[in-house]
Amino acid sequence: MSGTFLGMPAFPEAAGAAVADPVLRANLRHATHTIRAKRERAVAELADWEELRQAGKEIKDRTLRRLDVYLLRLEEAVVAAGGTVHWAEDAEEANRIVTGLVEATGEREVVKVKSMATQETGLNEALAAAGIAAYETDLAELIVQLGDDRPSHILVPAIHRNRGEVRDIFRERMGDFGRPAPEGLTDEPAELAEAARLHLREKFLRARVGISGANFMVAETGTLVVVESEGNGRMCLTLPETLISVVGVEKVVPTWRDLEVFLQTLPRSSTAERMNPYTSMWTGTADGDGPRAFHLVLLDNGRTAALADATGRQALRCIRCSACLNVCPVYERAGGHAYGSVYPGPIGAILTPQLRGTVSELDASLPYASSLCGACYEVCPVAIDIPEVLVALRERVVAEGGSPHRSGHRLERAAMAAATWVFDHPAALAAGERLASATRRLHPSRPLGAGAWTEGRSLPELPERSFRDWWRRRTRDGEEGS
Amino acid sequence: MSARERILARIRAANAGAPEAPEPSRDYLTAHAPAGDPAALVDLLHENLADYRARVHRTGPAGLPGLVARLLAERGARSVAVPPGLPAHWLAETGAERHPDDRPAGPLDARELDAVDAVVTGCALAVAETGTLVLDGGAGQGRRALTLVPDLHLCVVRVPEQLVASVPLALPRLAPGRPLTWISGPSATSDIELDRVEGVHGPRTLEVVLLGA
Ligand code: SF4
Repeated sequence: MSGTFLGMPAFPEAAGAAVADPVLRANLRHATHTIRAKRERAVAELADWEELRQAGKEIKDRTLRRLDVYLLRLEEAVVAAGGTVHWAEDAEEANRIVTGLVEATGEREVVKVKSMATQETGLNEALAAAGIAAYETDLAELIVQLGDDRPSHILVPAIHRNRGEVRDIFRERMGDFGRPAPEGLTDEPAELAEAARLHLREKFLRARVGISGANFMVAETGTLVVVESEGNGRMCLTLPETLISVVGVEKVVPTWRDLEVFLQTLPRSSTAERMNPYTSMWTGTADGDGPRAFHLVLLDNGRTAALADATGRQALRCIRCSACLNVCPVYERAGGHAYGSVYPGPIGAILTPQLRGTVSELDASLPYASSLCGACYEVCPVAIDIPEVLVALRERVVAEGGSPHRSGHRLERAAMAAATWVFDHPAALAAGERLASATRRLHPSRPLGAGAWTEGRSLPELPERSFRDWWRRRTRDGEEGS
Repeated sequence: MSARERILARIRAANAGAPEAPEPSRDYLTAHAPAGDPAALVDLLHENLADYRARVHRTGPAGLPGLVARLLAERGARSVAVPPGLPAHWLAETGAERHPDDRPAGPLDARELDAVDAVVTGCALAVAETGTLVLDGGAGQGRRALTLVPDLHLCVVRVPEQLVASVPLALPRLAPGRPLTWISGPSATSDIELDRVEGVHGPRTLEVVLLGA
């Protein structure tokens, strides 16, 4: 139903299309600037933001270091509470497990609450192939699904659509999937929200199977946590008889207490709220309240490969708040689709190549889709040093580009084209350099792909801040070498 | 080998030789609001609830039945879902038709709940700094669907007993084994142009009564 990321062009081509689209550019600018200012206020309310950020980073690092222990503990607790735990090595296996579980219920439709993990695995397409209709219930996901579109933002997948476009999509498409949009629907956000409420209510009331992700899983107690705004999450988690949650292995936290950090940092960093309207927490199944069957599908799909990389593994700390997208000058101009994955923006530029490998032109070009300004690191509530990982990934792409008989030249060309794109867009570059922090440290101690935990070769010297200098040196070296 | 064993083996291989990660530092504050002033904490809860468009009212035990009746009437609620264990006198003055969830015929199904105008509940606790109500399905709260499907949720918070200052102070008072719902204002979305709009799938109106001594 929704578009696919397969066969996407490399970053610069897709980014070029975004820059040429003035409506898209205006939509992105308006939305990201609105949320940026609000987020700053929400974060400034907490005098201990830096301490919370540090604790969040350390909790996640400790979890990753003992991930096997915590996953086993989680499994035990979920099973003890009446749930069933499944393990999926890759997207295909996850989709197969979920499809089998839905088929076992005899149902032909499911309601879904926004989940990055199932977007990543392409679950909706897999279910459709098995004749099962998956209805997205998050407003932005609904807009994407009805518009036969692709998500362009972690938090607000339809950020590239303005209210007028949303109205048109609702008017034209809602009727094909159920209750049509009300007569005379305007582009008032409140009316659009009301149209979504009416359209989806019928689906919620009859739903027998719900599918979700989770923001956190608590190993100690077996509790899953979903943070949301609209109540569609509560509907999917509460009304169906069977609940299936597909969650990346890195979403586990060790203890109940650890939630006190993330429940403070996530809402403020994400939607700029002191607290999001609804947070649901459930542990297995409960008598007389909610689903009678609960299945947890733990998803690897490249995460253990990222874990094996001393520098790159920090990307697994991500709590998907999307703050790094909203401050990124390159994202603002290139748009989310240019990143060719469900994870756009700075986090996508470091996560996607690690989950999928840098073998396609698109994935090889992603680490170059940045001016290394460091704004993403500054706002990240778990202090992921995105520029550090970007630089290390660039070296991996370059290292793989050694032999002309391999795909290397092709990849390096794609990478250089992405770098050139950033270089050719002074607004993206200049905004980035203005935001650059004097404290930025861009030298990874070990390059990616040089073997985890061993002293790798030292990296070529990289400029502290200026992307222009770095780029000039790269192209000059490239010319000399050819 | 199963997928489980292969994933665990890859994790162990990835972590082999990695430096030990220390116990997390917890240098952050336990609460941001000044301690020892319960009245100020109630004011803070009031302010934060109202900031996210909940309607907040205050009363004592004698005024509660009248206030509940008035709020339901003002919103045109002619029927109300009643969770098991809700103090009977809370609804003593309302003329709204009562739909107890523990009726002999079994719990209200989703469609019946959809036809009910309102629900009245208590809560497990409230968090002042974030303007949050937490429900745990205990007496007077009911199962999660009760406070989700009807369009109006009226929630009574006993202050100051049920009030904590912060999230770190709330978690130890909650039982993780119970289904928990944290509610901060009526349902909302920021999905259109990243601007907040109230009222999507959950109750579009949240009336909160702060019940003092
Ligand atoms: S990388 Fe950091 S800022 Fe970006 S989405 Fe993840 S947690 Fe948020």
